[in-house]
Amino acid sequence: MKREAFNKYLKTADKDWYKRRLTAGMFCVMAAFTVLSVRLFYLQVIEGEEYRRLSENNCIRLQNIDAPRGLVFDRNGKLLVDNRPSFDLSIVIKDAGSVKETLEKLSRYVGIPEQELTAKIEAGRDVPAYKPVLLKQDIDRDTLAAVEVHKFDLPGVVVDTRLRRQYVQRESGAHVTGYIGEINTDEIKSGKYPEFRVGDMVGKFGVEKASESHLRGKRGGRQVEVNAKGQVVRVLKTVDSEPGQNIYLTIDQSLQKKAESLIESVPGAVAAMDPDTGQILAMASSPSFDPNMFVNGMSREEWDLLVSNPFRPMENKAIQAEYPPASTYKIVTAIAGLEERVIDENTTFYCPGYYVYGDRIFRCWKKTGHGSVNVVKALAVSCDVFFYQVGQKLGVDRLARYAKSCGLGDLTNVDLDHEAKGLIPTSAWKKRAIGVAWQGGETLSVAIGQGYNLTTPLQMLVLTAAVANGGNICTPLILKSVETADGKTVYDNERQLINRLPAGKRTLDIVKRGLWEVVNGRSGTARIAHADGIEISGKTGTAQVVSRKKNDNRYKKNEAAHLKPHAWFVAYAKSKHSQIAVAVIVEHGEHGSGTAAPIARELIKSYMRGGTDSEYVSKNTQYNGFETGN
Amino acid sequence: MTERQFVQRFDWGLLGLTFILGIMGLVTLYSAVTADAQVSQKILVIKQMLWFFAGLMLMVISFLFDYKTLERWATVIYIVCIVLLIAVLLFGKYVGGSKRWLALGPVSFQPSETAKLTVIVMLARYYAKQISTKGFSLQELLNPMLITAVPFLLIVKQPDLGTAMLILIIAASITVFVKIEHRSFVSLIFTALTAVPLVWFCLKGYQKQRIMTFLDPDRDPLGAGYHIIQSKIAIGSGMVWGRGLRQGTQNALSFLPEQHTDFIFSVMAEELGFAGSLFTIFVFLLLIVWGLNIAYGCRDTFGTVLSVGVTAMIFWQVVINIGMVMGLMPVVGVPLPFISYGGSSVISMMMCVAVLMNVSMRRFAIE
Repeated sequence: MKREAFNKYLKTADKDWYKRRLTAGMFCVMAAFTVLSVRLFYLQVIEGEEYRRLSENNCIRLQNIDAPRGLVFDRNGKLLVDNRPSFDLSIVIKDAGSVKETLEKLSRYVGIPEQELTAKIEAGRDVPAYKPVLLKQDIDRDTLAAVEVHKFDLPGVVVDTRLRRQYVQRESGAHVTGYIGEINTDEIKSGKYPEFRVGDMVGKFGVEKASESHLRGKRGGRQVEVNAKGQVVRVLKTVDSEPGQNIYLTIDQSLQKKAESLIESVPGAVAAMDPDTGQILAMASSPSFDPNMFVNGMSREEWDLLVSNPFRPMENKAIQAEYPPASTYKIVTAIAGLEERVIDENTTFYCPGYYVYGDRIFRCWKKTGHGSVNVVKALAVSCDVFFYQVGQKLGVDRLARYAKSCGLGDLTNVDLDHEAKGLIPTSAWKKRAIGVAWQGGETLSVAIGQGYNLTTPLQMLVLTAAVANGGNICTPLILKSVETADGKTVYDNERQLINRLPAGKRTLDIVKRGLWEVVNGRSGTARIAHADGIEISGKTGTAQVVSRKKNDNRYKKNEAAHLKPHAWFVAYAKSKHSQIAVAVIVEHGEHGSGTAAPIARELIKSYMRGGTDSEYVSKNTQYNGFETGN
Repeated sequence: MTERQFVQRFDWGLLGLTFILGIMGLVTLYSAVTADAQVSQKILVIKQMLWFFAGLMLMVISFLFDYKTLERWATVIYIVCIVLLIAVLLFGKYVGGSKRWLALGPVSFQPSETAKLTVIVMLARYYAKQISTKGFSLQELLNPMLITAVPFLLIVKQPDLGTAMLILIIAASITVFVKIEHRSFVSLIFTALTAVPLVWFCLKGYQKQRIMTFLDPDRDPLGAGYHIIQSKIAIGSGMVWGRGLRQGTQNALSFLPEQHTDFIFSVMAEELGFAGSLFTIFVFLLLIVWGLNIAYGCRDTFGTVLSVGVTAMIFWQVVINIGMVMGLMPVVGVPLPFISYGGSSVISMMMCVAVLMNVSMRRFAIE
């Protein structure tokens, strides 16, 4: 016991022990501070002269080396988006000597008014004096030559070579490729763009935005020493830039052009897909815009014209616009009715041209009625009365469950941004959103695709493709593959199944027969879509818009036009070698059969025959209210 | 303690050193933020003064308590600190790619700054209870390792590598001071030496790249490497007597990055020259020696270890910051105590001084 206590006493840290340890610490501190002082002495006293010299001109500077952004091609390797070299004229204030005199001379040599140049200098006051202030972007060859000739007379004036985005196809495919623009402060603050600085270009819309991480390269730079005139004396270090990755889209540019020519004269959208793979072959939205305007800069007026155009050229109507699906929705109602066994193949309802529900009368589009119809016939002639009754038997919530399983009312997750969700109403939704209980009559409207229903053309396309391919709902694909600049594939798309249609083979066969009758049957609503030698099936739709945008006074000028319903047509076709699904919407195009169906037919013909025949002239669909009115 | 004793025992020397550094800092800060007339930010000088004032207030309040209160409340302080560090990961503001700031009403602060002090207090309490001349064994070191690792990992996650490394270094310094058993020390070194290549092997390419640039700024000539060159030019061009306040061309033309925070010493060296900057380094040295002396004079173990920890924190920040701007150390975001602009830094440094003063004042108190 005693010995242990003694041992413990020996090990107790006493004053002496602490002193020894603190002294050791003190030595470490002294050593570190000696190193600091010696280093300071070396930098300031021994090397001081040299550093003073380097500091006089702020000699060591950084120069940017821009990384070329990835290129965009169509599925066959046709170039859609390119980079072109351009020249920017700038001035470095610190090297310019007398700024006023230099600007005077510059103005004389290149013919830019001096006030314009001075204004740029004023605007660039925050730029450090050793950094270039941009005087004029994208100067032409003559200006470049003039500056180069008088180089020695223009101290501080520099010409930067920069790559500028060029949308080779201009308006064609603009909504898919999208455009880039200068990054804004919100985007920088969001933390999503860590390596970006003010003035950098970033994808703003379409593939340019959605695939920003592929397309963007890695910026490089040079550490250089300059002389008093700002000319580079020697390059100290270089970090090469890394080009972005090139993207191949699933789009077939010739089909895309065809789709655009078909919808050119009317506002609306056309989208086509390979139903087996989900690859989007064409996606056109009309009217379109020229994305080059965003790169080259546009005037206030041009911008105002773009955003105030009542036909919304900036919107990709195929994915951003929501329309009541109208009679195209009868595909869903038919599937639900058959699967839930509220009808079977042979169930018939009599259509006298109207249906009485409670104290209301619901009309069929055909006043004289369709007589006795079964489900195949009802699809073919688009009989409203038949589907009122199917809807009534199903109830809104059961119907909504099927619609959602068919991919409606939710994002398709296409590789593009700004996609709209659409809306599939349920009784719970109405209670929540509007605060009123569901009315039985509303179910009838919903069953024929009117009422609260809203879908995007792309959703309807995915549904149509699923019917065509035997029930597979695919994610629509826009990116076919991505390659590095030296040709190594880093991404190759594959069909992504989201779900199966909620329909067995029997049900699908019945629905398909109905859709075939629409185009090929004796009383089908879209006999106009019939094409010799190609089996086309489809469904028309006529979406009422009276309640939509009632208070939008932009439409006042074209009162009559804006009250006309939207025309829908969804279709699919198959030949030995190829197949395609198509969705068409023509805003205020009245009847699906009249305006939308011919567009789908021509597109399918063009695709199946592998060529672009110009037999079809868009005169058929000439639309008198398309001009913006100014 | 009577009023008279308070005045007698008050550590006027330490307060004086703090004031000298504070004034050197404010003067340099004024120069750094106003030299470029176009983007003058005088307001920052006022703000910095307010921070110093707030720090002084807190210091005065802290005199009301015995530093041994810290020992009793250590666990609570530690838990609050960890909660704050988690909160910053969840609700923190994104600034320049990392989440370090937590907004509390109108002011935002960096919980990682308080983490440094908290770890020191926790370790001091643990070590004070068990200290002996034979040193700590591996088993006994498990607890301190855990105490350090939790805030360390949370700060790495932000990510704020500079502060995280600093916590590690401070904790290591304290541990070396309280002594590690000879055999444990050898095995610790051995483990570290084998772990480094193993971890290195597991890292991804870009992570290795980042660490390489961290250790050798020259590998990043457009970022850290460029900053260091400009910083060296600024310091060197100051020569013996400096260019005079607000006359530094590197400073005025915004060639220096973060010239009012991490690179403020470069501005000082450019404008006050070798004379001015050596003087500042000397004052720092005095402050640190003063801190170690307080540790020596203290009669209880907790106070001694606490003072050593706090002094180590000041020491490392000075050495790492000045070493960095002179190109001797990796480029990390460690502020220069009392000189760099920033509320969190000023407050936490004033707290360090407050702790040292408290220990110094109460060393005679008998319990």
